[in-house]
Amino acid sequence: MQTIFIVSGIALGVGVIVFMSALLTSLQTSFISRVLTSQPHIQISAPDEFARPLLPPSTEIVPVSVVQQPAQRLRSIDQWQNIMRELAQRTDIAYVAATLSASGQAVRGDASRSISITGIDPESYFNIIKLPDFIILGEARLTSEDIMIGNELAKYLGVTVGDKLNITGANKDVRVLTISAIFDLGNGGPNRQSTFVALRTAQSLSNLAGGVSTINVTVKDAYAAETIAKEIQISTGKKAESWIATNSQFFTAVKSQQISFGIIEGFVALSVAFGIASVLVVSVTQRSKDIGILRAMGTSQMQILRIFLLQGGVLGFLGSIVGSLMGGLGFLVFHYLVRQSDGKEIFPFVLQPILFFVAMLLAASTGVVAAAIPAFRAAKLDPVVAMHG
Amino acid sequence: MVEVLRIERVCKAYNTGTPAEVEVLHDIDLTLQSGEFVALMGPSGSGKSTLLNIIGLLDRPTSGRLFINGEETGKLNDGDLTKLRGHSIGFIFQSHYLISAFTALENVMMPMLVDHNFPTEEMKTRAHNLLTEMGLEKWENNLANNMSGGQQQRVAIGRALAMSPSLILADEPTGNLDTVSTDTVFDLMRNVNLKDKTTFLIVTHNLDLAKRCDRIIDVVDGRIVNSIGAKL
Repeated sequence: MQTIFIVSGIALGVGVIVFMSALLTSLQTSFISRVLTSQPHIQISAPDEFARPLLPPSTEIVPVSVVQQPAQRLRSIDQWQNIMRELAQRTDIAYVAATLSASGQAVRGDASRSISITGIDPESYFNIIKLPDFIILGEARLTSEDIMIGNELAKYLGVTVGDKLNITGANKDVRVLTISAIFDLGNGGPNRQSTFVALRTAQSLSNLAGGVSTINVTVKDAYAAETIAKEIQISTGKKAESWIATNSQFFTAVKSQQISFGIIEGFVALSVAFGIASVLVVSVTQRSKDIGILRAMGTSQMQILRIFLLQGGVLGFLGSIVGSLMGGLGFLVFHYLVRQSDGKEIFPFVLQPILFFVAMLLAASTGVVAAAIPAFRAAKLDPVVAMHG
Repeated sequence: MVEVLRIERVCKAYNTGTPAEVEVLHDIDLTLQSGEFVALMGPSGSGKSTLLNIIGLLDRPTSGRLFINGEETGKLNDGDLTKLRGHSIGFIFQSHYLISAFTALENVMMPMLVDHNFPTEEMKTRAHNLLTEMGLEKWENNLANNMSGGQQQRVAIGRALAMSPSLILADEPTGNLDTVSTDTVFDLMRNVNLKDKTTFLIVTHNLDLAKRCDRIIDVVDGRIVNSIGAKL
């Protein structure tokens, strides 16, 4: 009965740890996947323009002035084709795509809306942003006469796939483009404002013939993006920002979540260890007579020590098997029950086998460590005293 | 005759070096030969059990020397003493001290298991043969708790014989038994002694049983006051 209780206690602790770890991994996988599929790992752009004082540096005159920072014009990245070629040769980079981002106006009849226009080369850009995955109507086709718009914008302007839209660019030129696809990025802002056109169309709308404003990069190891961005910045002299730098708040949130989960798991593991230790202490007291008999039969102190350490390990191991099953099953049920209003999953089901292995190893080790004090107590028992109680 | 046990000027004191120091054994000299069947008698508190614990290597003397099968035990560490105890000495206690969660067979196998760490078919056969010798072959799979006092004591004798020790120490082995069981247990020990030449040192208060031994040793106030051939 005592064994059943302690194994249940350990199982509960391990179950909580497995459940929480699986939840944390799944949430992080979901967050990171959402962040990474909707943005490139690194964005390279022309360095910011800044105003340079015309006065020569002087040790005697200290100029008192306010230097107004200039507005950042839409500029092309100098030598962008060479940079693209250079980047494509790097082994740590998976995909490279050039884009041109500009602002404009979408007009249909009396209705108009300011939009952001991103000119892309679909073939290379879709490797980086899986835009076709977000298309809810139409097809991912972009000739120089096509445009892809968000569902909110389509709704506002009352248009659908195949309809024409008047697009006014920065140079006030008006182009009539056909809606080839309507997408839903899962976010109201981009769905209202984002549009995608062919790179050439964007260049013509923004008077930047042959130019691009951004080079988008996907690296092979997403977590190495910051290092690679710094290397690119040094080698090209352009501004290179990684997704890690632009999402620092996201990383702080993930880190805080990891720490709080870690603290909870630590306390759960500690309570499991105390549970095992207390049961074994009682067990040593209850079995002191048996221990005395075994000692009289020739059992060495080391053998007694081993028996109790093993018992702690086995208790931890058994508890971890039941706990892993409980935690895994609990997470499966939780994942099945907790859904978005449309029935879609909130986060992916990520349950790595290594988690069970680690939980079992940790529980068995905790069992052995927790058993150490009772085991030493048992080994040190005087057989004569133990037998006579 | 081979000398199984020799004790030279053994003393045992408790609380040594404190005002409450008390010496319970004084200059004990004793020798047991192979095949002897000896009774150890004396009033309660005379030091019989302490002497038995020292002989059984469960306790160390304060001074004096103790030889088991010619090996001086004073120089051995705890591990070696445990090993010597497991191989050379068998114990039979008044309260049998069987492990209640084990069957009779498993209890008899216990000393062999302790020595080998894992069970073998030979161990099982030996335990079965010993229980058959004790007349308990039908009860070998019974849990120790489900047996009568006499049966449990016979299991304890089987267990004491498991490692074929040269010396068996029995601390009032029939103290808790009725007359019939007392005779059965005593006869079993005597038969083993005669058949295998195993040396027995039996602590008892029963004078009738003591008289059936080869020799009676009287201990009074921690001293051997008499050691006579019982049948003389």
